[in-house]
Amino acid sequence: MVLKIFFPQCCVQAESGLLIGRWLPKHNSAVVLAVVHFPFIPCQVKQYLCQLKNLIKLELAIVGSWSKAVKGQEKQDSFLEDLCTIFPQGDWLQMYSEKGKRGFDCRVIPRNGTKTMNNDKNVVIIHYDQRKVMLSQLHPEDGLVLGSRTNVSELTMVFQTVSQSQELFHSDKYDEGPFKVTHWQSEGREASIIIELCKQASVPVCFVINCFLTVWFWMCKSRILNLWPARFVSSKLSTCVQLNHRAEQLQIMSSPRKTSEHLEFMRKGNIFLSFLIDLALGLLLISWLYRENRIARLADMLVPAADRVAEELQQLLQWLMGAPAGLKMNRALDQVLGRFFLYHIHLWISYIHLMSPFIGMILWYLGLSACLGLTIALSVFSDIVALLTFHIYCFYVYGARLYCLKIYGLSSLWRLFRGKKWNVLRQRVDSCSYDLDQLFIGTLLFTILLFLLPTTVLYYLVFTLLRLLVVLFQGLFHLCMDLINSFPLFAVGMRIFRPYRLAAGVKFRILQNDKERPLHLLMEINPLTFSAVLKWYRIPTYSCYPKDSWGALCKKLFIGELIYPWKTKHTKTD
Amino acid sequence: MSDEAFSDINGNRISLDCQRHSDICGEFTVSSPKLSFLKVTGCTCALWLCAYTIFFFTEVTEVLSVAIMLSLVGMMGHLHFLKIDHESLLVIGSLGIQMTASYASGRESITFIEMTKVKDVVINEAIYMQRVIYYLCILLKEPLHPNEVGDVVPVFQSCKPRLNCLIEIYKQCQEILAQS
Repeated sequence: MVLKIFFPQCCVQAESGLLIGRWLPKHNSAVVLAVVHFPFIPCQVKQYLCQLKNLIKLELAIVGSWSKAVKGQEKQDSFLEDLCTIFPQGDWLQMYSEKGKRGFDCRVIPRNGTKTMNNDKNVVIIHYDQRKVMLSQLHPEDGLVLGSRTNVSELTMVFQTVSQSQELFHSDKYDEGPFKVTHWQSEGREASIIIELCKQASVPVCFVINCFLTVWFWMCKSRILNLWPARFVSSKLSTCVQLNHRAEQLQIMSSPRKTSEHLEFMRKGNIFLSFLIDLALGLLLISWLYRENRIARLADMLVPAADRVAEELQQLLQWLMGAPAGLKMNRALDQVLGRFFLYHIHLWISYIHLMSPFIGMILWYLGLSACLGLTIALSVFSDIVALLTFHIYCFYVYGARLYCLKIYGLSSLWRLFRGKKWNVLRQRVDSCSYDLDQLFIGTLLFTILLFLLPTTVLYYLVFTLLRLLVVLFQGLFHLCMDLINSFPLFAVGMRIFRPYRLAAGVKFRILQNDKERPLHLLMEINPLTFSAVLKWYRIPTYSCYPKDSWGALCKKLFIGELIYPWKTKHTKTD
Repeated sequence: MSDEAFSDINGNRISLDCQRHSDICGEFTVSSPKLSFLKVTGCTCALWLCAYTIFFFTEVTEVLSVAIMLSLVGMMGHLHFLKIDHESLLVIGSLGIQMTASYASGRESITFIEMTKVKDVVINEAIYMQRVIYYLCILLKEPLHPNEVGDVVPVFQSCKPRLNCLIEIYKQCQEILAQS
């Protein structure tokens, strides 16, 4: 069996001493974490190891000895070889580097005492960069389910060992300990002033945000806002949905509990950056809108635009009431439907004109809401568009309902015409013998409905197309909002600037090619691809894309069922 | 070590380089034929001729600069994303198998599979359009039922060497895998 030794690159230049590490017996490998130098007292080393084991909760041990060939230290090397009897745990690795030769060698002394021959073929030495492996997080294909699994892979165990041993790396060469240890931080501990300052500053800020959020949620749960009309309206307006979503995200981000898991940490970072970008873009939008009084000009444009839309609709209806595209309509039904819709448009225009003196002020104050973020501004704009085109929505609903009724009536009377009936119990079509009067009236109604069909179809088509246009326009805004809401900027930034922290796997490179020495490999971190980063760290939002496929959508359009373009996920049961 | 005359399934010359670093480690590199100079010149000339004809009829000079930019960007994109220079398979006994694809611009795309997931390395037959070809593949274990085959990962997908080349690689792989 081949024995694999994971050796840190920082220890290759270290002085002679003992190797602290961990055995992975299932995979027949050992992970070396640090080198303890002379002079030391073995019982002090054992004490230190016990302390570490309690802190880190890993089975650390002295796995072997490391001797660097320096003149006059042959006595020390023989002393090291005798030390294997003092630390009785597992096999003993004797690693030594010879003067004048690159690389080092390894001899394995198994626990049962017999000295094996110098079997270089049985040992593979894998060099790794300790700091990068400590900070990196593996992303296996079958999900980041941490915790006890039956067969954890060898690489995962190596990464876990190094990242859990952070306490071991806290002592550096300036410490006044009983002995010196070499690892990646032994030249001096690393820290960043900015990060420490941010950590200190974040505590009061989180406290303030938490207080504000408790007040907000208490207000949302109050009785006035929980009455049915208010709740119904607020669930339809995308502004309220977006505000709610942002409040929940703020709550996740400002929770005072320290994050221990990598995914949680990344989620907080992503939410924080998403907020920042949102606010920055919102402030940019405000500075653009309020400069040169653009918002007043927008407000002035709004009422004439609504008027124009209404005029176009009226012209469309006049066209439908005539002979649209050369088709001959049923005059009576045509006039009825046309006049009904025209009256609606007239009502709508009157309401808009009633509101027109207040629109400027309302818009000015609504524009200020962009300081809460660009997504809020976009959702407000989308809601304004929805309110202004409410009549188109109503027409679509009327047209669709009429068409739907007609189709159902036609299909049921067609079955009667052929002498069949829908069996509700068996959910199938059965033959049925009708009376003469039933057949007579049924056929009469069927003929009437059939000849009225083209008119209804035309109205339905026209209004469905209009509604789809409006939905497309609103959909663009929702797409932008969704992009800002869910893009994991922190994860992408980490992938660009610190690619070793997000690891898809590892890659190996052959370091040395000597025939009589063991094989030396260099293990490097293989970073995640950008598409994998997006897949892992996409922030979950409230919008779920329409579940209907294109086929189901066409079927719904054909039958006349109402189409709801976006359903929001309700996370809390109301 | 060995560099005989191998070819891929389309008849182009490829070369195989087997390096045994030790008894338990072997690296097999298959290099594809380089970019053909005639093809490159042909494509560029065709594109520029089209651009010049359009310019001749419309007298818009931007068409020419757009054509030049297109050909440059297209060439760089092709070298960076599409043209594979050589593919290599590194088998380390009891550690894992690593597949590297190096592109003409120097980019490398590396995948490493741990030995605990590998069931075996075999040569498979496949029906590829109108012919039957041989390809080397790594069989992975099914995670829930370790005795069954889960995934099949083909190697040397863009070089597609022929059977004689594959047999060389297969023999050495089996030697290494037998030792772990």
